Amino acid sequence: MTIHEFLVPPSVSCQRTGPNDSIVMSSRVRLARNLKKQPFPSWAKKPDRLRVLELIQPAVQGLPQLAPHFAAAMDDFTPLDKQILVERHLISREHAAKGAGSGLVVNQEESLCVMINEEDHLRMQALRPGLQIKACWQAIDALDSALEPKLDFAFSPELGYLTACPTNLGTGIRVSAMLHLPGLVLAEEITRIINAANKLGFAVRGLYGEGTEALGNVFQVSNQMTLGESELQIIERIGKALNQIIEEEENARAVLLEKKPKIVFNHIGRAYGILANAHTITSKETMNLLSLLRLGAELGLFEKLNRSLTDELFLLTQPAHLQQQHAEKLDAEGRDTLRADMLRERLRDVPRPQAPK
Amino acid sequence: MLCNVCKQNEAKVHLTKIVGDKMQKVDLCEDCSKEKGVDDPTSYSSEDTLLGHILSGEATPTESEPATEATVKCPTCGYSQADFKKAGRFGCSDCYTTFGEGIEGMLKTMHKGTKHTGKVPAALQQSRAEAQKLKLLQKRLEKAIAEENFEEAAQLRDEIKRMK
Ligand SMILES: [Zn+2]
Ligand SMILES: [Zn+2]
Repeated sequence: MTIHEFLVPPSVSCQRTGPNDSIVMSSRVRLARNLKKQPFPSWAKKPDRLRVLELIQPAVQGLPQLAPHFAAAMDDFTPLDKQILVERHLISREHAAKGAGSGLVVNQEESLCVMINEEDHLRMQALRPGLQIKACWQAIDALDSALEPKLDFAFSPELGYLTACPTNLGTGIRVSAMLHLPGLVLAEEITRIINAANKLGFAVRGLYGEGTEALGNVFQVSNQMTLGESELQIIERIGKALNQIIEEEENARAVLLEKKPKIVFNHIGRAYGILANAHTITSKETMNLLSLLRLGAELGLFEKLNRSLTDELFLLTQPAHLQQQHAEKLDAEGRDTLRADMLRERLRDVPRPQAPK
Repeated sequence: MLCNVCKQNEAKVHLTKIVGDKMQKVDLCEDCSKEKGVDDPTSYSSEDTLLGHILSGEATPTESEPATEATVKCPTCGYSQADFKKAGRFGCSDCYTTFGEGIEGMLKTMHKGTKHTGKVPAALQQSRAEAQKLKLLQKRLEKAIAEENFEEAAQLRDEIKRMK
């Protein structure tokens, strides 16, 4: 079975709902763990990495909470497969660059995903739709505890879990949420929000994490400090910040509608016009316009448009997903044409947005 | 978290970046971030130039070590202090022991504290609880002996023997 046959299609996965999902697209908690006496992946030689993979992968695969799962070595994936996994946020771009000696185990729900020999020997993550960081923590805490008796984790009573990079030391936890913030961007409040989050010690990044652009008004907020606070304290603190950002986004949307409705309707109407009628369109423009369509759906401007469709198109129009639906190898120009064809087709039965009377 | 440049003020601006497969991280106070022109974290390009400046040696994010330490190697994995400076990462978990003395200052700039207060592996937690109980029993035993309460002392001695 290939990973594509195993994972549920985006049309199904995008139907999943969660608390506050009009703003919070997904939540994630990641734990970093390493084995004692084994060199960390980036310092390890290939035989070391293969040995560690052989130790870890069966232990992970034996966990009942991962069933049914898909497991593979990274060198068994084609570059396209890897890019698809990145677009689905199942693996980091860093992990996609790995080959022999690195591995992946993911469950069918895409709610638990373990990267083996990424920057650390183990990077395990729990994912949930909407704002569910506590549920993510509970799931990944349980997974970690189930692995503990099987693997000899490097732990120091003083410094906690020992990680390749000292920025992850201690709890090894990274709590993050993917936020859709078109209101704050349109209201030009986003810089203030990012600054405020940074001051509280949280990082704000683009769609694909570290050093990427905030395409489609999607921002990732995550904790940076991992030592000196317990996991629950970190979750509590970032949860508070996330709730504040959600409130700010709701306010921004309400104020925009009240004070500048024409500007909002104009943006959404034009986005619809281009997406439903273009004959060639880049991935970047698509994401930015789909963000406005999603906002329009949230504001009730569309009679027949569910957020699940905008989310599905957001995924399907990205380069690797687009390539995967076509047998022949596409260049960027070819992709832009096929992307526009797909959008016209999928939006054909969606009537244009109507401003409320 | 202290500012990496002046090492005096509280860091308010935090930048992280992946270059190739390396991660670089810089934390700055408000004054230093303004001086470097990165008080707007939304502009990713300015982040690039800043990290370039700082990491190229205009200012060093980590404390500089005496030259002799550059030759110390981790007995488990062979990593050196110079490797750490280059990559910002360690070679194995024992490196934290090998190079442990120099890192407290760095950890202070990165984290809320320098002592782990989170999850502890269950096996360790259990042995820690047992060690604590043993200590308590030993104290009670000393007290019982001092008070010439020999019956209790005998009981405690048995209990301690059973635990060991
Ligand atoms: Zn400073
Ligand atoms: Zn080492």
